[in-house]
Amino acid sequence: MRYNKNALVLMTSAAALTLGSVGLAQADTLEDTLDRGEVRCGVSDGLPGFSAPDDDGNWQGIDVDVCRAVAAAVFGDSEAVTYTSLTAQERFTALQSGEVDVLSRNTTWTTTRDTTLGLNFTGVTFYDGQGFLVSKDIGISSAEELDGASVCVQSGTTTELNLADYFDANDMEFDPIVFDTSEQTVGGFEAGRCDVLTSDTSQLAALRIQLDDPDSAEVLPEVISKEPLGPVVRQGDDKWFNIVKWSLFAMLNAEEYGVDSENVDDMLDSENPSIARLLGEDGNYGEEMGLEADWAYNIIAQVGNYAESYDRNVGMDSPLEIERGVNRLWTDGGIHYAPPIR
Amino acid sequence: MSVRPQTRSPDSKPPFWRDRTKRALLAQCLLLAALAALVVFIIHNTQENLASRGITTGLGFLDDTAGFGIGQTLIDYSSNSTYGRTFIVGLLNTLLVSGLGVLAATIIGFTVGIARLSPNWLIARLANGYIEIFRNIPLLLQIFFWYFAVLQSLPSARESMSLGEVIFLNIRGLYLPQPQFLSGFGLIPVVMMAAFIASIALIVWNRRRHAATGKRLPTIWLSLGMIIGLPLLVLVVTGVPVTWEVPELGGFNFSGGVTIIPELLALWLALSIYTASFIAEIVRSGIQSISHGQTEAALALSLPGKLVLRLVIIPQALRVIIPPLTSQYLNLIKNSSLATAIGYPDLVSVFAGTTLNQTGQAIEVIAMTMAVYLTISLLVSMFMNWFNARVALVER
Repeated sequence: MRYNKNALVLMTSAAALTLGSVGLAQADTLEDTLDRGEVRCGVSDGLPGFSAPDDDGNWQGIDVDVCRAVAAAVFGDSEAVTYTSLTAQERFTALQSGEVDVLSRNTTWTTTRDTTLGLNFTGVTFYDGQGFLVSKDIGISSAEELDGASVCVQSGTTTELNLADYFDANDMEFDPIVFDTSEQTVGGFEAGRCDVLTSDTSQLAALRIQLDDPDSAEVLPEVISKEPLGPVVRQGDDKWFNIVKWSLFAMLNAEEYGVDSENVDDMLDSENPSIARLLGEDGNYGEEMGLEADWAYNIIAQVGNYAESYDRNVGMDSPLEIERGVNRLWTDGGIHYAPPIR
Repeated sequence: MSVRPQTRSPDSKPPFWRDRTKRALLAQCLLLAALAALVVFIIHNTQENLASRGITTGLGFLDDTAGFGIGQTLIDYSSNSTYGRTFIVGLLNTLLVSGLGVLAATIIGFTVGIARLSPNWLIARLANGYIEIFRNIPLLLQIFFWYFAVLQSLPSARESMSLGEVIFLNIRGLYLPQPQFLSGFGLIPVVMMAAFIASIALIVWNRRRHAATGKRLPTIWLSLGMIIGLPLLVLVVTGVPVTWEVPELGGFNFSGGVTIIPELLALWLALSIYTASFIAEIVRSGIQSISHGQTEAALALSLPGKLVLRLVIIPQALRVIIPPLTSQYLNLIKNSSLATAIGYPDLVSVFAGTTLNQTGQAIEVIAMTMAVYLTISLLVSMFMNWFNARVALVER
């Protein structure tokens, strides 16, 4: 049962903080991970496109690909990951207390989370923004007509805060109906408990296809917030921070240089110095991170570059069919921009 | 002749390790010291851990702006209020559903418990069926049943069921008219208060008179008459300075009036019905614990049946009923934290849920929440113990 589990995670996490040994924060996550033989990754409780188990029980999604990329970089095996499904409420405590080593769970990068929680965001996997899903029956075409609406929202998200901000700023009233998990939130919306369901627009796309009748609902055009979603690690372990950060950058750089899982073996002979550095043919960047020279090669060969991951999980090759939009590379007019490997 | 070991004179004290009392005292001191050391270690260790991980600690976050909305607030609250305020809002919501639950569970429980002993076969079977069904299904499932199966199948706002176009019921909740007090209404509470005080005086006087002369007045009816009748009289005399604000359908939903959200209804129903099934059994066992001889003796004194129950059976049964009843009340209060499953904004949902997540102060928030439940439970426990001491059999 979710609620018992919820309490259990909080309790064990609190116990870890109270009884655990001092100095765990200085611990070498990379070394522990190598000893353990797998990367411990915190993912969502099932959000298609981002992190959700497929029909065979394998975790799939753009957030999951970050975990797989880290595992490929560290072990050369993208399958060496144990996934822990976390609700929005459990996620930070689980990371803080060391139950997971990477949190890749459609988590918005905000000041509070980056500072007071003792966490570090390693980058942005997906630039998102909050929107509204409404039933077509109520005949609304803009979020500004939502005065007095009942709004279903998931507990413990930035969404809850943006929602209040937006209605305040536009001088409108609303009734929040706060649920614990996204299934319950959708359940409330479908039953008609609320007029509107609010979440990140990417999630709305995912939630809409889960409705019994997806055509009965539509996403309103307004996007009311900035939601840069990215992987998170604990503060105080820069080595691990670097590995997670550069695993994502490797995927973005690979897309930029035109390296993908199909052609990566041919690219090993590439004349392009950037590609040679990326694939470990030139320089010792892997070693300086505490990894093998072929760390990025493994990521690209096993997980693919950013474009492949995007298309497969949330883009046009997936049921979600979310346009690349701002999630294009900077070279294509988007805002994804990875620092160079050199 | 052997040398006898040195002996102590009888009045010299034995060394303390031979003295059982002192040894026990020492052991207790050691245990206490170990416990204190453990607590100090835990607190110190937690602080070190939090500091070394760069996690902010302390209760300073309570003054920060919360910035999120809450669906049901008994006091003024907006998203500009502080996290401290969310704590109060959540606490009041918890107390509301617990209070309503205790009240309803007691009424249903006593009714069913007595019905279970009814000589009427049908009533007794029905009561028995109620008890066996509701106490054997997990509470969480009952909450889900009421919320998802019953209340979420109510019609939408535009197709609300209504009672005389004044009271409306739909999937968004139960909408009741709200009284609006006009000037001149201030007199009513004053009159009511006066009637209340007069009633207490009457009861005290009647009790003394009864002890002295054996005569008594029907004080209950007189008091009720005063407390209800006098304010009504004033109401009529002052020309009924009350208007009713009727809920009206506009935009998305009804506005105006009082709204009882379905989450509250579902939780209240589930908690009351579930706990009542236990209370019913407690009441039945309490009544059955009184030997039949008591009834016969009372009847032999030619006490009427109503008085047999009120003066002989129930006071004695209460001694058996109250201690387990207290446990049921405490269970109900603690079970109200299951609210979070259906999104009722109780303390656990609002404070240990949203506030915890927005601030990340897990240890402080969880500690505060646990302290609240402990405090409420201890207070209820104290009150019930006091009440129990009052009804306990005074042996002479």
